[in-house]
Amino acid sequence: MGTFIQNEILAMHWLNRLVASLLTMLGINVESRLGGSLQFFIYDVIKITILLCLLIFMISYIQSYFPPERSRKIMGRFHGVFANIMGALLGTVTPFCSCSSIPLFIGFTSAGLPLGVTFSFLISSPMVDLGSLILLMGIFGYRVAIVYVIMGLVIAVIGGTLIERLKLEDEVEDFIKNARAVEVKGVTLTKKDRLDYAFEQMTSTFKKVFPYILLGVGIGAIIHNWIPEDIIETILGNKNPFGVILATIVGVPMYADIFGSIPVAEALLSKGALLGTVLSFMMTVTTLSLPSLIMLRKAIKPKLLGIFIAICVVGIIIVGYLFNLLQPLLI
Amino acid sequence: MMRVRVLGGGCKKCEALLKATKEALANTGLKGEVEYITDFSEIASLGIMTTPALMLDDEIVSTGRVLKTSDIESLMLVHKDL
Repeated sequence: MGTFIQNEILAMHWLNRLVASLLTMLGINVESRLGGSLQFFIYDVIKITILLCLLIFMISYIQSYFPPERSRKIMGRFHGVFANIMGALLGTVTPFCSCSSIPLFIGFTSAGLPLGVTFSFLISSPMVDLGSLILLMGIFGYRVAIVYVIMGLVIAVIGGTLIERLKLEDEVEDFIKNARAVEVKGVTLTKKDRLDYAFEQMTSTFKKVFPYILLGVGIGAIIHNWIPEDIIETILGNKNPFGVILATIVGVPMYADIFGSIPVAEALLSKGALLGTVLSFMMTVTTLSLPSLIMLRKAIKPKLLGIFIAICVVGIIIVGYLFNLLQPLLI
Repeated sequence: MMRVRVLGGGCKKCEALLKATKEALANTGLKGEVEYITDFSEIASLGIMTTPALMLDDEIVSTGRVLKTSDIESLMLVHKDL
């Protein structure tokens, strides 16, 4: 039963068979290189699109119950490392786009939340979300997904705690420290508002992310059928002890939604790349990106920004090696 | 005279809300003025943590959403009667 859900519902193997039969009917040989690439491309684009729409809709509906105002209140009730854990957990459910990061930062800081808690939130928010959990389940299996989420939360908690310990409050831009936020009653939402919101999020995310999916799946298809296995094994597999570091560093300036990066990861994995190496790449690409760093730079000074990047990179590298060690147990 | 404020840091979503709000105000024929507030300290001092947000006079009517023109129109009409 577990494997049925895994293979047919989450991974949609039936869709792959359907695409193969349709292509065969059209006279395309799916055993050939070109046919195989075509099959992979069509199957993956449809699968990821279906998952994306379903997931974003469900998640946005849940998220509408956790506006930042509410998360701030919940986090304020906890102290010490528990506040960091809460920050990391709420980061996974609070909706937030990088253009909101400054008012959010001010809102958290002026409410007296420790800097470290804000950072636990900021680290976990893009790295771990409900969408990545379900998507990873569909592609790498539930064991990998659960360990991925736990690791992401651990990085967020430790990263936030470290920033707290380093006493970097002066590294926050003055206008943030001086801003006085008031507490207002949040907008009350009806069920219809929430459904509308979820639908809006689904369509706008789809529009924004679809080109990345096509690109991601396209690259995946090329890797899948055209790049020789030994090249990937040499660079990203067992033969290269620095694979994780390489993958992480290459991923920092890149930005891709988790939906776009998964097909690349999937294809690399099937070609002999190690699990941890591939996941490090995914974590970096989704967590650190040039646009979000530029936004964050407006709120914090270069030193803190540097520390933030360093903590994320080191954390992701450690997680990558851990996944490589655990790979035999997880897949 | 209604004071309409669109708040956001100048991202795409904020621009979209500004446009829809201007259209909505014109469609309702209400008297009012649309202000676009991009200063983050000012946004935060109003208690807003998610942009884009919309305020009608002193009431925050929406946060974190790009509302449709027709939705903004009904919000404006309801607000006017308060």
